[in-house]
Amino acid sequence: MKVKLHIWRQSKKSTRKDFKQDGKMVCYEVDHVSPDMSFLEMLDVLNEDLIRSGEEPVAFDHDCREGICGSCGVMIDGVAHGPEKGTTTCQLHMRSFQDGAEIYIEPWRASAFPVIRDLVVDRAAFDRVVQSGAYISVNTGAPQDANAIPIPKPDADKAFDAATCIGCGACVASCKNASAMLFVGAKISHFAHLPQGKVEREQRARNLVEQMDEEGFGNCTNQYECEAVCPKEIPIRVIADMNREFLRAKAKEE
Amino acid sequence: MSWLLSFWRSSIGGKVTMAVTGLMLFGFVVVHMLGNLQFLFAEPEKINSYAKMLHDLGPLLWVARIGLLSVFALHVTTAIRLSRANRSARPVAYQRPGTVQASMASRSMVLSGFSVLGFVIYHLLHFTLEVPAITPEFEAQVKIGEEFTKNVHSMVKTSFDNWYIVSAYAVFQVILFLHLSHGMQSLAQTLGLQHKRYTPIIKLTSFGLALVIAGGNMLIALSVKLDRFLPDLGLVG
Repeated sequence: MKVKLHIWRQSKKSTRKDFKQDGKMVCYEVDHVSPDMSFLEMLDVLNEDLIRSGEEPVAFDHDCREGICGSCGVMIDGVAHGPEKGTTTCQLHMRSFQDGAEIYIEPWRASAFPVIRDLVVDRAAFDRVVQSGAYISVNTGAPQDANAIPIPKPDADKAFDAATCIGCGACVASCKNASAMLFVGAKISHFAHLPQGKVEREQRARNLVEQMDEEGFGNCTNQYECEAVCPKEIPIRVIADMNREFLRAKAKEE
Repeated sequence: MSWLLSFWRSSIGGKVTMAVTGLMLFGFVVVHMLGNLQFLFAEPEKINSYAKMLHDLGPLLWVARIGLLSVFALHVTTAIRLSRANRSARPVAYQRPGTVQASMASRSMVLSGFSVLGFVIYHLLHFTLEVPAITPEFEAQVKIGEEFTKNVHSMVKTSFDNWYIVSAYAVFQVILFLHLSHGMQSLAQTLGLQHKRYTPIIKLTSFGLALVIAGGNMLIALSVKLDRFLPDLGLVG
């Protein structure tokens, strides 16, 4: 099959003052695309063509290419990770597109995610949110006996649903307000349902929300675009969990 | 009080402010509609004595007015702060934007919100401040018992005789419906009310209540315009 691509090309890193830099949409045509190729393999084919003709290849993030690392992710026709539900960009296959399709490929757009080059964005803001308290502090020593702390199955499931987040940033990218609340909600909800997380719950809710605000993410307006594109299908329940945890923490603050 | 300000400044604090003030304003809209449903009984005395009762509250009325106005002002200023932050959170727009499941109502909250603000100003100029350029001339006084009181019925009746005014109010009801239908379910989520069993009920209730409010208000305007009231339909004696 044959596709026509419109790709965002940008050679310099975005700054707060100049987010766009020299960026612009460039049109490419790719022949000999197999429907069995993944979306990233199709981009590989394009890049080989570009290298052969002496042009700069398109930079895009990728690593495991099996939907677990969270590295890849681009906006495909305005939808994060493309048209298939519950998949990352690397799990998307060209059979999801018509032969001769015109496809728009853009990087995640958020002031907290500056573009490094082409389709690659800097997601260090997520790391800083995690560093602000999305963990539990424990003394390491001899490991505890398994099942020493009983956790009801429904709670374990809720925590696990949130823990499946791979930090790809699709929630921010798809949100009309570039809000990171699904991501931060997942981190908070992950620990809120577990006894191990209860000790630091107030501090965690406060610190994570504070860091999220400092990074310049937007505010959720409950449109649930994040939930629709999340490759791990994390439910918007985690945002309600976060709101409750934050309100509880603020109410108890001295 | 600095803790309150810092709470308001945080993202979730701002959202909670929107939710709580939104809920209060929703309560007002319900009471406003229920009170005005008295127009449907045809007799002008009903609504006129209701209006008199409200006016006779005196200082209490002012407490309610100032309270309502501050809640409204807080709702609007918080909305401005949050939507400005949302705008700057995405400095470069997508060349090809896409939407998967965000409803039309949810996407137009800022627009519908400012339309409501504009209309509330018009509504106040029309029926509360009675600005001559906007309010048609009406029989200003009516006698209830021994006392003369403001003829609210005549004010509304003369206004809604005009199809332009009726249509303007109709358009406003559609916008209000959009705003409330998303606002109600959104505030539940913001306040942390999210449950597999209850969320679908909340969404349905939100839609239904918004429809009842917009429909109820519309019914009043049409009933006054068309001169058809509940007694005409044999519903009340």
